[in-house]
Amino acid sequence: MISSVFDYIRNSQVWNSIFRHGIPRDRRTRVMAVMSNVFLHLHPVAVRKSGIRLSFTWCMGGLTFFLFLAEAITGVLLMFYYRPVPERAFMDIIALRSHVTLGLLREIHRWGAHAMIIAIWLHMMRVFLTGSYKPPREFNWGVGVILLVITMLLSFTGYLLPWDQLAIWAITVGSNMGKATPGFGMQGPLTDFVKIGGIPFVTPRSDAAFILLAGTSVGENALLRFYVLHCIALPLAAAVLIAIHFWRIRKDGGISGPM
Amino acid sequence: MTSLLLNTLAMAGKAPMESPAWDGFKNLVNALSVPEVSLPLIFFLVFIPMFVFYKWWTKPAVAALLGIVFCIFYFGSMLIDYDYLLIVTKADNVPITIMLVGVGVTLWVAFRRAAINDTALAQGKPLPVEGKDDKVLVWPDLVYTEMLCLILGSIILVVWSILLRAPLESPANPLGPPNPSKAPWYFLGLQEMLVYFDPWMAGVILPGMIVSGLIGMPYFDTNPKGNGYYTIKERPFAIFTWLLGFIILWVVLIIFGTFLRGPNWNFFGPYQYWDSHLSVPLTNINLSDYVWVFGLKQPLPDNPFVREMPGIIFVIFWVCVLPVILAKTIMRKMYNQMGMLRFAYMALHLVIMGMMPLKMVLRWVFTLKYFIYLPEFNLNL
Repeated sequence: MISSVFDYIRNSQVWNSIFRHGIPRDRRTRVMAVMSNVFLHLHPVAVRKSGIRLSFTWCMGGLTFFLFLAEAITGVLLMFYYRPVPERAFMDIIALRSHVTLGLLREIHRWGAHAMIIAIWLHMMRVFLTGSYKPPREFNWGVGVILLVITMLLSFTGYLLPWDQLAIWAITVGSNMGKATPGFGMQGPLTDFVKIGGIPFVTPRSDAAFILLAGTSVGENALLRFYVLHCIALPLAAAVLIAIHFWRIRKDGGISGPM
Repeated sequence: MTSLLLNTLAMAGKAPMESPAWDGFKNLVNALSVPEVSLPLIFFLVFIPMFVFYKWWTKPAVAALLGIVFCIFYFGSMLIDYDYLLIVTKADNVPITIMLVGVGVTLWVAFRRAAINDTALAQGKPLPVEGKDDKVLVWPDLVYTEMLCLILGSIILVVWSILLRAPLESPANPLGPPNPSKAPWYFLGLQEMLVYFDPWMAGVILPGMIVSGLIGMPYFDTNPKGNGYYTIKERPFAIFTWLLGFIILWVVLIIFGTFLRGPNWNFFGPYQYWDSHLSVPLTNINLSDYVWVFGLKQPLPDNPFVREMPGIIFVIFWVCVLPVILAKTIMRKMYNQMGMLRFAYMALHLVIMGMMPLKMVLRWVFTLKYFIYLPEFNLNL
């Protein structure tokens, strides 16, 4: 009875319009399953057996991507409840904790962010120790390094949003480094020499830290700026580079193995 | 988390003991953990032996024993010291414990497989695992693994989130900085570098060079061996240098910055109370003082460039001349293989990275503050 219902569904026009192959039981349908699915076809059809062993890749790249998706989903949900202005931000975080159903969103988002940083470091260590950055994968390693920087910037910008003591002072410590940029920060070396016609090019209201914070200290402008960077600019950049990163894995010969 | 742990410990009759029985042990560990003792100890007694004896310590039984000893020391310390318990269970420090365990386990797997591969290579045999060229279909083999990782990852993430509240302190107060003010934990290696360098180095140049060095790595590492499998013997210099940077100058310094740096960024041992009134005398001396005042017994010259000439000469030597010397002597083979441009790029990053341990050692031994002290241009190095 039940199996005939399943058979009916599997032979229906709707089912066949979605999955253009039978159940992946033999070689042909398994190949089809990967090739005819937009997500699965990121993979090649066949891979080295030694390459997919957990003790070879540790699945850390995959986990990093999984955490990126988890961050994107919980991040969108968090945006429903959060307003990036100093008067509201902290209370919105409190409300997330106490009023919102399944109030784990922020926890998953925050611990996921930390886990993503750890996973990306371990992924890099694996790629390094297996020599997988060597030709022909040089360029993809570089893309990966940029992705590492973006991930740390994502985490850094997100750190400010709860607008508590931990947030503004951690960002103050970090953004103070901008003031020390050689030539572009007010307290940086050689900045005094950057002049145009005797008029200082770099002032407290135009130096590198000011561009980052839109102010001379961490205030409401910095909160808005970090919010937009955190929710729009950096995730978009990361998504584009992830697409390049994955595409290049395939083009450069898949999971690495001895040449 | 902290209260949960404290309650559990109390119910088990195991509240953190502050009994004097452990004082000798605690004082010893506190004394050993100051950077000028612990960093050389970690380097010579852990990092170097990790490479020398890698075929021995990676044996599952030995590695398991080492892991157990580490866990007893790391987690067991919570039972005997309240200050340590507070630091380790602070919500934002929990990822550091996870990172530490993660790095340890993955290093073991990598070194274990490198040991197996290197033994096979030495005997002229094919690589036991990576050497096989058999292929499997992505569906089901890889998709299956990925799904298991996804499920396991989700479970761990949700359980972690249920057990541990995301940290939230009092509302932002632009007038009341906490003491100590710390950057997010993953940047604390750089913040720890602020002890030894000015912000323009620790916060701008060093991270910039980490990124440019990493991106340039595949282009200047011309060693064709070790591509696609674990090995140490075939690329010892690359692995030693890279892991020195990642393990010692990044991970270990993060541990220092989070666990061992208290109010006013003063150093505190793991079992020490963070006393915000502790005053540490600033006794650091510039290279120019050493040369002119102590060496030549005369006042500092008025012209800043003359005054700082010893430091300027040293830095030019370190950055420009040292790579040339390296290329002519111990790295001659590498230079011939890489060519001038690649070698220059690699050597520049190498000497800047080398400046970190150099400055640390000079600080510990000679209380050196700056090589070059030019406050006229905010240029202190």
